[in-house]
Amino acid sequence: MEKLKILAIGRHPEIMQTVIRLINNNPEWNGTAAITDKEAVQAFDHEVFDLVMLCSGIEPESEENLRAYFTAHRPAVKIIQHYGGGSGLLIAEIYEALKEQPH
Amino acid sequence: MANSILHKAENRGHANHGWLDSYHTFSFGSYYNPQAMNFGALRVLNDDTVSGGMGFGRHPHDNMEIISIPLEGDLEHQDSMGNKAIIRKGDIQAMSAGTGIYHSEKNAHENERVKFLQIWIYPNQKNVEPRYDQLTLNLADRHNRLQQVLSPNADDEGIWIYQNAWFHMGKFDQGKSVTYNLKDTAQSGVYTFVLSGDVTIDGQKLGTRDGLGSWDISSLEITADTEAEFLLMEIPMTF
Repeated sequence: MEKLKILAIGRHPEIMQTVIRLINNNPEWNGTAAITDKEAVQAFDHEVFDLVMLCSGIEPESEENLRAYFTAHRPAVKIIQHYGGGSGLLIAEIYEALKEQPH
Repeated sequence: MANSILHKAENRGHANHGWLDSYHTFSFGSYYNPQAMNFGALRVLNDDTVSGGMGFGRHPHDNMEIISIPLEGDLEHQDSMGNKAIIRKGDIQAMSAGTGIYHSEKNAHENERVKFLQIWIYPNQKNVEPRYDQLTLNLADRHNRLQQVLSPNADDEGIWIYQNAWFHMGKFDQGKSVTYNLKDTAQSGVYTFVLSGDVTIDGQKLGTRDGLGSWDISSLEITADTEAEFLLMEIPMTF
């Protein structure tokens, strides 16, 4: 079975390391981190992600631009906000996002 | 009761890691219950017991208002902003994680357990500058009355957070009643968590560690059926 591919974007490198480690703890999920908008767009263009997760520190203008870019290039892509920065909510957030989209 | 949801203590999620025994009212960590995701902006209500000398090592948070209320024992806090403090029963601690914060919370004693509530509320602003605060409350001020322990306003009673939420705590003698009038009847609901004893809220009976969420109300009538201690959380239902 193909792994669920998750692009996680956030400005805090240490927190992003934690988020990716937690995602990859699930053998059925694969996480890619992007710190800058440029990295995020490059990763998005390079790979078909099932889910985009917006983490902390993304400026409102960047968030607007990223959302516009992602939905323009893959209208069906699911974009969610990650809250809490750690293990507490991550799993439920991903399950809730999957519940809302065919996979 | 119309417009209410009851979470019985025994139906909560449970994770026993040895050093940490935690009950989750809402989905948390590996406990996922689609029927128990949140009550408005209230996302996490964990009832934690930490063994002596143990605790949560350094770990990150972002974009969340995190409130800790010790119920028994002492908790030692350290964070990446340089704060180091101990919180005790009667204290309340709030962290606005905002753009990102690292912290640890450990039992301050080797031979005593610590019990505390860990409460997470979605913030009304994303990416705020992280902040930490704690406050010592007078326990006598909650005897047979509601003591405000948290609000959205820095100059109001109790601690403050980035959300339109108000917390009150009360310790009532058997047979005593109180009416809580909501601050924001248009937006808020109230989540009541019973710390000990039995209470009746608008006709609904609750026991220790039961939780009741009520919305589309302007007030709440609480009666202590035994000596009882509880936490009332007025929370925005949309955020």
